[in-house]
Amino acid sequence: MKMHSWGRYPVSDTVLEAPRSRESFARHLTALRDSDDRQIIARGMGRSYGDSALSHTVLATKSIDNFIDFDEDSGLLRCAAGLTLDAILQVFMPRGWFLAVVPGTRYVSVGGAIASDVHGKNHHVDGTFCEHVTELTLLLASGDILKCSRAENAPLFHATCAGMGLTGIVLEATLRLRRIHSSAIEQRTIRTNSLEEAFEKFEQNLDCTYSVAWLDCLATGQNTGRSLLFLGEHASDERFVTPRKRSLSVPFSSPSFLLNRYSMGLFNNVYFHKPIRAGQLQRIEAFQYFFPLDSIQHWNRLYGRRGFLQYQCVIPDEGALEGMRKILNMVSAAGKGSFLSVLKKFGPANQNLLSFPMRGYTLAMDFKFEQGVLPLLDDLDRVVADHGGRLYLAKDARMSAEFFQSSYPHWEQMRELRREFFADSLFHSLQSQRLGL
Amino acid sequence: MKNILVIGANSAIAKATARHYAEQKDSLYLLARDPEQLAVQKDDLMVRGATSVECAAFDATDFTSHGPLIAQALETLGHFDIVLIAHGSLPDQALCESDFNVALEAFNVNALSVISLLNYVIKPMQTRRDGCIAVVTSVAGDRGRQSNFIYGAAKAMVSTYLQGLRGRLFPDNVAVVDIKPGFVDTPMTAHLPKGALWAQPEQIAQRIVKGVEKRSSTVYAPGFWRLIMFVVCSVPEVIFKRLKL
Ligand SMILES: Cc1cc2nc3c(=O)[nH]c(=O)nc-3n(C[C@H](O)[C@H](O)[C@H](O)COP(=O)(O)OP(=O)(O)OC[C@H]3O[C@@H](n4cnc5c(N)ncnc54)[C@H](O)[C@@H]3O)c2cc1C
Ligand SMILES: NC(=O)c1ccc[n+]([C@@H]2O[C@H](COP(=O)([O-])OP(=O)(O)OC[C@H]3O[C@@H](n4cnc5c(N)ncnc54)[C@H](OP(=O)(O)O)[C@@H]3O)[C@@H](O)[C@H]2O)c1
Repeated sequence: MKMHSWGRYPVSDTVLEAPRSRESFARHLTALRDSDDRQIIARGMGRSYGDSALSHTVLATKSIDNFIDFDEDSGLLRCAAGLTLDAILQVFMPRGWFLAVVPGTRYVSVGGAIASDVHGKNHHVDGTFCEHVTELTLLLASGDILKCSRAENAPLFHATCAGMGLTGIVLEATLRLRRIHSSAIEQRTIRTNSLEEAFEKFEQNLDCTYSVAWLDCLATGQNTGRSLLFLGEHASDERFVTPRKRSLSVPFSSPSFLLNRYSMGLFNNVYFHKPIRAGQLQRIEAFQYFFPLDSIQHWNRLYGRRGFLQYQCVIPDEGALEGMRKILNMVSAAGKGSFLSVLKKFGPANQNLLSFPMRGYTLAMDFKFEQGVLPLLDDLDRVVADHGGRLYLAKDARMSAEFFQSSYPHWEQMRELRREFFADSLFHSLQSQRLGL
Repeated sequence: MKNILVIGANSAIAKATARHYAEQKDSLYLLARDPEQLAVQKDDLMVRGATSVECAAFDATDFTSHGPLIAQALETLGHFDIVLIAHGSLPDQALCESDFNVALEAFNVNALSVISLLNYVIKPMQTRRDGCIAVVTSVAGDRGRQSNFIYGAAKAMVSTYLQGLRGRLFPDNVAVVDIKPGFVDTPMTAHLPKGALWAQPEQIAQRIVKGVEKRSSTVYAPGFWRLIMFVVCSVPEVIFKRLKL
């Protein structure tokens, strides 16, 4: 069947298999090992943008979506890897628990969150998702099932966290949840008029748990880098509102000409002039704060049939301001606007071999797939490379093997480890092949 | 807090429904074929908040086991507020036509086992003069189609039975809800290509929960199937028999 992930680019011919239980994953794997098709990869919710969850055969984890155990005292939750963060939050938020780290959508699986070592708005304080994973159960190419943690099979643990499915299939994981005293977030919004100012504000608010900025990439001249910085803390009013289910949906891929530099410019102009009560505290529900896009189902269809690319880079602190400014200028000169551009301060990197975050700033932009975009992104790569940065694999569909290998210092260790556990005889995504993993 | 018996509990639709009740802190008793999967589900429902979950292995075609199994469930739960029956199988129509044993098995699983089970469920509910019975049938039972009429006939048998039963139990204040799903993306239909009409098991579960709460008679799931089936049933037979449906 034809399959794509969230960016709807690329589209691949894929055989989709959906084992029904933990046991049947091992059986499927054995059967595949004995067949000619030795290119398989796990797939959770398909919320990665590019080709990380695409291969000849894709093993969907959606039917292993059960909770296993929860310990009220420690907040440790054991669950199967196909469970979504949405399901966890629906059950646990009303009881006063939250995930330690959440990405910008709650419709991702636990396995996908581990495989991409996802980050949230609190990276500068709490690190990545995997830093709150205490143990995972991994199905290897051999068919063996291993427990991995920082104490047990540690090399495999650090390769699987952020491992993009390339060590095997995560079947179960244990996560440490965070106690909360309200389902709301107290939000403070700061408007900034330049990139320098945005950076300054991030640095001044490092003790704030959550921080993220929406950036107007289309603004030029003295408006370059204007942004809204959203700071947040969990409220403590002991009120728990049951989250509402999403309602709106984009039913079909819409003609992509609807999204052009004028309509997006208009959107951004309206958005950035929205009256905000500067500095004042605003109480908003956590789902609205963390997942504003989740209220519109299938919003990715807005970019039309050919899909879109997301470009997310990180640049270390030293060169971040200069690098980001260059990137924004190039994007705005090319007139290839980004609808939503997100800027965020990262804390230090962790030990996971292919983990993306490092101390510095990250910028994420969307580009409609159209003529001229790929060359532009290649140019941006050069700027990122020059400033010692790298791209996020969960969003990538196009970077060169050369750029990847020069920017992920532990990639060879990953390749070695894949050899050692025979993962390279079975687990490949279109992305891993492109990147020479 | 309600006491709920789920039969065919490992079905994707039943599982999604049980999760809802667990989150309401209800007590559940699960009957299904695969004990390993039952154990997995039990843990899941307990984490979700169920007050208690017990389970037992059950094969729908082993009719003699039904009485003792239901008795055991009743003893454990005390009484039934809701009984949901969801097991079923989608037989290969061509095979059913060439081998009657396959057709017979399909009738046993999809129809006769349900009637047998209900026999044992009804009495305690009548005595208690309360509760709700919900059975998952199918839109396939609304009209026989040449591609799928053994399954359709089996489901139709249950739907007709439920209509009668509804009247019989009305004076006893026991509701009978017939759930008719359309196309649902579950293991039963894993081999079929999926289109725009397909629903997820969670959507069906929501319809079941609502139908039980409102004590509806027939629940199409999702709701738009009522309209589709109205149209399908309105096509005159002279035309319908020529359609390769
Ligand atoms: C709107 C939106 C906002 C986002 N915001 C953020 C954000 O703020 N921060 C962030 O870090 N990311 C963000 N992402 C990216 C997303 O969190 C990651 O791509 C995540 O990996 C998606 O999880 P998934 O279950 O959909 O995985 P998929 O897309 O299905 O797979 C992604 C990768 O995980 C692997 N994988 C999946 N399940 C398993 C398993 N059980 N075992 C082994 N490998 C597995 C796959 O092989 C693949 O390599 C966002 C995505 C969207 C669409
Ligand atoms: N999916 C659809 O499109 C659709 C449409 C209309 C109606 N329905 C009906 O919905 C109900 C639930 O099915 P589903 O879609 O959720 O599919 P499913 O997940 O495949 O569930 C069917 C269940 O029936 C069980 N079963 C089959 N034969 C059995 C037997 N002899 N004894 C005990 N259990 C038996 C299976 O047990 P195992 O798990 O052990 O195999 C399975 O759990 C069925 O009645 C089906 O007819 C489904």
